[in-house]
Amino acid sequence: MEILVCVKRVPDTAENEISVNSAGNDIDRGDLVYSVNEWDNYAVEEAIQIVDRVGGNMTVVAVGDDESEEVLRREMAMGANDGLLLKDSAFEGSDGKGTASILKAAVQKGKYDLILTGAQAEAGAAQVGGMLAAMLDYPYASLVNKVEVIDDKKLKVGREIEGGNQEINEIELPCVLSIQTGINEPRYVGIRGIRKVASVEIPVMGASDLGLGADTVGTAGAKVKRVDYFVPEMGAGAEMLEGSTEEIIDKLVELLKAKGGLK
Amino acid sequence: MAQVFAYITHKGGVADDSALELAAAAKKLGADAVTAVVTGTGGGLDAVCNAMAASYKEVWKIDNAAMAYPNAEVVRKALVNILPGDCLLLLPHDTFGIDLGPGLSIKMNSAYVSDVVGIDGLEGATLKVVRQEFGGAASTHMTVDTAAGAVVTFRPGSFAADESKSAGGQVVDKSGDAGDLTAKRKYLETVAAEVGDVDITKSDVLVSVGRGIEEQDNLQIVFDLAEAMKADVSCSRPIVDAKWLEKSRQVGTSGLTVKPKVYMALGISGAFQHVGGLKGNPFIIAINKNPKAPIFQVADVGIEANILEFIPELTEKIKSL
Repeated sequence: MEILVCVKRVPDTAENEISVNSAGNDIDRGDLVYSVNEWDNYAVEEAIQIVDRVGGNMTVVAVGDDESEEVLRREMAMGANDGLLLKDSAFEGSDGKGTASILKAAVQKGKYDLILTGAQAEAGAAQVGGMLAAMLDYPYASLVNKVEVIDDKKLKVGREIEGGNQEINEIELPCVLSIQTGINEPRYVGIRGIRKVASVEIPVMGASDLGLGADTVGTAGAKVKRVDYFVPEMGAGAEMLEGSTEEIIDKLVELLKAKGGLK
Repeated sequence: MAQVFAYITHKGGVADDSALELAAAAKKLGADAVTAVVTGTGGGLDAVCNAMAASYKEVWKIDNAAMAYPNAEVVRKALVNILPGDCLLLLPHDTFGIDLGPGLSIKMNSAYVSDVVGIDGLEGATLKVVRQEFGGAASTHMTVDTAAGAVVTFRPGSFAADESKSAGGQVVDKSGDAGDLTAKRKYLETVAAEVGDVDITKSDVLVSVGRGIEEQDNLQIVFDLAEAMKADVSCSRPIVDAKWLEKSRQVGTSGLTVKPKVYMALGISGAFQHVGGLKGNPFIIAINKNPKAPIFQVADVGIEANILEFIPELTEKIKSL
């Protein structure tokens, strides 16, 4: 099976406290630690496991800048055979549809049976996989938490739906799946693994290589645009307990007693 | 303005809570006449359509056996055939809306904006909405060019349901316009969530742990605290993803809905999917080392502390009582 996994380099929310910058036009990016989008990492692991079971080849692709190469290399150290970077200044400011258009053009340069994305990335839109599938006229399933290969024509996939239930579907290949976290246990990538792929060449394609007009992608092609970042005004918020740890614990114990938290 | 439609999700002949939330969102857009679209088949579909006529001026019913279960690919085909291409379509941002919305916007050549939590207004064809990024740590205003139509998904619970029920609407049968509904994806069955050794939906006091616990071995301090408090242990999604605790202990929209009296959120950032699983207005105590964690916005009482240091001290104190 030929598998393409779409990955994105994002600020690691487990490693950073995200805050809005003083101009209100971005988050503070000064000391941010970046990594591969968590959902994408599960997608890469799933692709590796599928290739292990039924054979084939997997490629990781990212739309991004030079620094995205790091993320591609990390996923290649995990087990992806090839990497592909889609980079062009014309891509900057793309909305979901723009990103899906770029990926669609890349998909059509190859021959893939299965395309995986993460269910969502840092902006929480959960949109690129479904758009890409519709552009390609491939069937799609989102929030996938189980993949079983039936034969070279179809898969059985589980979708995570409300209440921890799982919706089972049969889906024809080629198709696009968006992968939910928890579907597997992504393998650890050691420094040695990364060193092994450090000198592997990663091809780069831009708008003209992909046959994309500059007005269809990037800011020029975007119907959806971010105006600003802000910190929302929410209700009163929590009453913060202050003082020494001992004082805080005393107050907390009194509250727990009052609210029925201690029996 | 363009015609506004709200897609109604339903189950067992009853509309989802999102049905009246979308009616409220449509009002906020300034739409005077909003049409509900309901797909499905048989008596359950009719019951939902009739109920929706109280809240929507028009209810478009699309009855087809192929939509007995809401398969997003089948529903997409029917909607593309039936809806005007430049309409505004409102969907809930739930597991169905996420499945349907992105591809539908491509097939309708519409703009797409998802997981909207607020509407700032519609000026001409420019829709201004509020979203959140980074799990709720930052909010954004977005503009959407709706000139050629738009598909917009709304976060469940972001708009108070429009309970006015004074639309006096009528049901219009559009089933004949659904067209070819053959699909490359076929629904087989739904597998129910596994039942665990502890039923956290029945617990009065929950000690709930999140990513802030850092390592599996550290979970013991949470169980020690729960034992001292005679409480049960629940958790947020990352703990289940890491396979440190079973899915039956997960609180949230993709896990279980709980209704304790007291809920202690330990090292839980408080993404909306997690908070969405808390019902019955529990007294929420949040302990987190990040003072900007969204959980402090919904908690009653907050403590800024590293749970790895704080919890053992709290446990000792409770044991000594």
